[in-house]
Order: sequence, then C-alpha cells, then structure tokens
Amino acid sequence: MARVDSRELGAIYVGGAVGAVLRVWLGIKFTPVSGSWPWVTFAINVTGSVALAYFATRLQERLPQSTYRRPLLGTGFCGAYTTFSTMQVEILKMLDHGRLGLAAGYGAASIAAGYTAIWATTAFVRRYRVIV
Amino acid sequence: MTDQIWVGVALIGGLGAVARFTLDGIVSEWFGRSLPLGTFVINISGSFVLGLLTGLALSADQSVLEGTAAIGSYTTFSTWMLETHRLGEDGQIWPGIANAVVSVVVGVAAAALGRVIGGRA
Repeated sequence: MARVDSRELGAIYVGGAVGAVLRVWLGIKFTPVSGSWPWVTFAINVTGSVALAYFATRLQERLPQSTYRRPLLGTGFCGAYTTFSTMQVEILKMLDHGRLGLAAGYGAASIAAGYTAIWATTAFVRRYRVIV
Repeated sequence: MTDQIWVGVALIGGLGAVARFTLDGIVSEWFGRSLPLGTFVINISGSFVLGLLTGLALSADQSVLEGTAAIGSYTTFSTWMLETHRLGEDGQIWPGIANAVVSVVVGVAAAALGRVIGGRA
C-alpha cells in the first residue's frame, strides 16, 4: 500500500465528521414521512453531487493541485454527506409494502438526478472558469 | 438527541469516511482504477451492514450512531455518480450504465440479505 499521509487522513476525517452531522441534522429537521418518497435522502444526494462535481472539477482541472482540499471537501465532506446505503434500505422498505413502481421510480430518479447534477455542474465549472 | 450523541455522530462519521478512503485504496491497488470497483465494494458492503442493523432492531441512539453516522458516511452516493459520469465521458457507456444499475440491484439485494441475517440473530 502507498505510504499513509496522516494529514490527508485527517482532512478526510474532519470533512466526513461535518458531512455526517449535516446529514443527521437534516434527517431530524425534516423527518421523512414513512412510506412516501424519501425527499430528505434524495435532496441530500443531489445537492451533495452538485458539490462534489464542483470540487472535483475545480480542484482537479482548474486550480493548481492542492493536497488537502480535495480530501477534505470531496472524499470527506461530500462522500459522507451523501449516502448510498440509506437509499438501498429505503428501496427495500418500498418493496416490503409492495410498492414496486415507487421503488423503481425512486432508484431511477436518484440516478437520473444525481447524474444530471454531476454533468451540469461539471459543464458549468469548465465553461465559466473565471467566475466560479 | 443529546450532545453526546451529536459528538458521537461527528466522531463516527469521520471514521466512516476514512474507512471508505482506505478500502477504496486497497481495492484499487488489487484491481486497478479502470473501473470504480472500490466504490462498488464499499456501497454493497455498506448496504449489507445497514440491512443487518435494520434487522437487529437497535435503539434509536444506536441506530443513529451505527447506521446513519457510520454506515451512512462509509457509503457514498456522490462519488458513485461522479465515477459513473466520468466513465461515460471516457466513452465507456456500457460500463457506466452497468455501474449505475448493477450497484442499485445488488445493493438492494445485499440490504435484504443483511436484514434476513440480522433478523435471525
């Protein structure tokens, strides 16, 4: 394995801690209604995808390589703020209730919205390099 | 939620992110970086464990710390989507579509399997 960079791990740890707290806080503030569309997870995943595309494109393609911003903001914060596992369990619970259409729709909409968020943000950052 | 639980969420959430970074590095070292297998392994294993915790019927505090904080931070949606998009940009359309669809199908199956095992424990 490559040599461990403890400052890089520290940056990921701090970013991950903030991302987790924000996600938990949003889940409490906007308590999801059981059996309905999981708006909280959906909104977290889409906004986190916008943020990651921004950081990944800007920090990797636009600015000189910084050692700790990408781990802090991308791997740490955006990685931990967004979540895959919760979405899977939400789909599973929709399937429990026989709501096949809702489950398929939620999975497909999450992918479509997440992908669009990444695509649009990436294109925007590459195009308007001066102002953002 | 008490202040201690909030501190726990931060401490454990950070660990989840570091675990993800470490495991991604190990998987990428084994299999290379041509396909985003690290994130796949992380998301599927995390879905299995979250299913397991769901089956165990934990207390509310335990569920927040072990499920929402630890596994929620360990798995990631944004990186999964970024890697899917970058595959498409590289002209790898089918690997990109497979990365999106297979992850969800296998992820739900892993969560279901975990819940069955957790429910029997």
